[in-house]
Amino acid sequence: MSLNLGNIIFKPTDQYHLNDISLNFEYGKMYTILGRTLSGKTTLLKTIAGLQTPDSGDIEFDGKDFLAIPVWERNVAMVYQQFINYPHLNVKQNIEFPLKQRKMDENLIEKEVSDAIQKVGLKGFESRKIQELSGGQQQRVALARSLAKKAKILLLDEPLVNLDYKLREGLREEFKKLFTGSEASQSIFIYASTDPLEAMQLNGDIIVIDEGKILQTGSAKEVFENPANAKVAEITNDPAMNLNKGKIENNKLILNNNIQFNLPGNLQTMSSGDYLVGIRATDLHLDNNGFDFKVDISEISGSETFLHLHNQDIKCVATIEEVKSYEVDENVKINFDLSKIYLFKESGELHYSPYNN
Amino acid sequence: MPKLYTFLKYFCVILWSCFVIAPFLWAISTSFKDFNSVTGGATYIPWLQFEPTLDGWSVLFKPGSQGGINIIGPYFNSVFVTFTASFISIALGTLAAYALSRYTFKAGFVQNNDITFFFISQRIMPPVVLSIPFFIFLSTLGLLDSLAGLILVYIVLLMPIAVWIMVDFFNRVPKEIDETALIDGCNPFQAFFKVVLPNSIPGMIVAGLFCIIFGWIDFFFAFILTFTNVQLLPVKIVALNSSITPWWSLSAAALVSVAPLIVVAFVVERFLSKGNLSGALK
Repeated sequence: MSLNLGNIIFKPTDQYHLNDISLNFEYGKMYTILGRTLSGKTTLLKTIAGLQTPDSGDIEFDGKDFLAIPVWERNVAMVYQQFINYPHLNVKQNIEFPLKQRKMDENLIEKEVSDAIQKVGLKGFESRKIQELSGGQQQRVALARSLAKKAKILLLDEPLVNLDYKLREGLREEFKKLFTGSEASQSIFIYASTDPLEAMQLNGDIIVIDEGKILQTGSAKEVFENPANAKVAEITNDPAMNLNKGKIENNKLILNNNIQFNLPGNLQTMSSGDYLVGIRATDLHLDNNGFDFKVDISEISGSETFLHLHNQDIKCVATIEEVKSYEVDENVKINFDLSKIYLFKESGELHYSPYNN
Repeated sequence: MPKLYTFLKYFCVILWSCFVIAPFLWAISTSFKDFNSVTGGATYIPWLQFEPTLDGWSVLFKPGSQGGINIIGPYFNSVFVTFTASFISIALGTLAAYALSRYTFKAGFVQNNDITFFFISQRIMPPVVLSIPFFIFLSTLGLLDSLAGLILVYIVLLMPIAVWIMVDFFNRVPKEIDETALIDGCNPFQAFFKVVLPNSIPGMIVAGLFCIIFGWIDFFFAFILTFTNVQLLPVKIVALNSSITPWWSLSAAALVSVAPLIVVAFVVERFLSKGNLSGALK
């Protein structure tokens, strides 16, 4: 009982939108497709829903050839990034629309709809018009409509991205509850996101996708600790992992002629050569004994400050655990947490992860 | 400064209102005059400056044998032709526009935009160019001087307007709404009729309004393609003209013929001000 995608290729122009995608989704699990904008997330979801037909490849669901079934008979549900509802219907009519379409028993519809309304916290709004609701409420209606359907496959395409911060946090918690509840084992959840933090918080299996190609699949922990290559490391971290060219020579890690370290114990066994040196923004710290950097920009984000820095050709972003404004070109001293350094081969593959040894 | 602005604003509105309303006032007063009051210099106030009569109006309803033009038959012809042609144009135009907005057509270099342009190009040519083909076309079909023939020609003239307005309207309706309908178990036809169409009523009203106006005011084709059997209102009104221009009955006829458009305008204005035409979709 699962959903299998085999070698899906979709190439409407001379560019691949989906490039040889093979995936296996199981019931009762939550999958997060993590990728940047235009990486092919939405195309993948639409292909699963049946709104798009791949050029080649096959989709099998519960032993049936899914590609032979038209969208309207597939029994999937999808929530879009935009708040998509039926503007001519009120909240209740919106939620019961798919059930009525399926000619379900009236009493059963009544029950399912009030359940779904309860779950998303829209009680009392049943007869409101869609236009009279806030963005968050509109998205709840869309969510309730897909929940009430009890679809076997629930596709969520960046459902929280157009909401404000607070609502996003609240709804994400609700998602987690909904997708781990007792009924959850009857369905497959596929959630597309551009936000690594969100993907980690949802704590399902993560599928990292870029330019229509799958770069890595694995649990949140696996993807975090062992990004398969430099690209994954960039996509799965916000701010993106700092990657700079460097080399190991004479027991030294050399980024440029200013920034050089003696190899720490865990890296002693690394052979000399050129590498991509990766380090997370959170593993760079203000330190009076550190290296000199100049500030390019500082952005304040919640309780943190992101410092964009450079030293000659070395560029990096550091997360500072306080709210403080820095002047452009201000000098700061930054040190690297050497125990958290990643090494990637020049081709991008992971060579060394600090979590692996 | 704000005072001056307010003054200018009201001044302009009043000035423009005068321009718009004055012809109507002129037509109304003239329609109640007789020959002497019309030719005897400018007069405006009934009973005081001239003696009102119903002569001008009665001509419209008298049969030809009594020197009238009997406007009632042509009036209903006009209503029937305009509304039928507009209705069919909206129905077909909406379907065509939906297809042009949602599906990709390609035949050589011809693509969706070209097809939309072909529709609109019907209205680019001066009507004279179309009159001879239409005449030959209708005479071959035996539809000259008939309501069906006029409706056919008016559909050709009005449908481009409907297609043009509705393509633009559908392009602004997110296609994710159709997709959601498909996902929720509608086949493409149900998605159109159950979801897209109910949300397109504002656009269809605007398109319908334009069709009715353009159909109602057409004189040229109504004149060319009919003789005596079927006559439309504009043609009949022009037929009033003889050696003496009967300004009084012409005014009355003009008022009668704009009346339906004024009613339509007020209904749509109500609809507009209720906000039903805007914001139906975000």
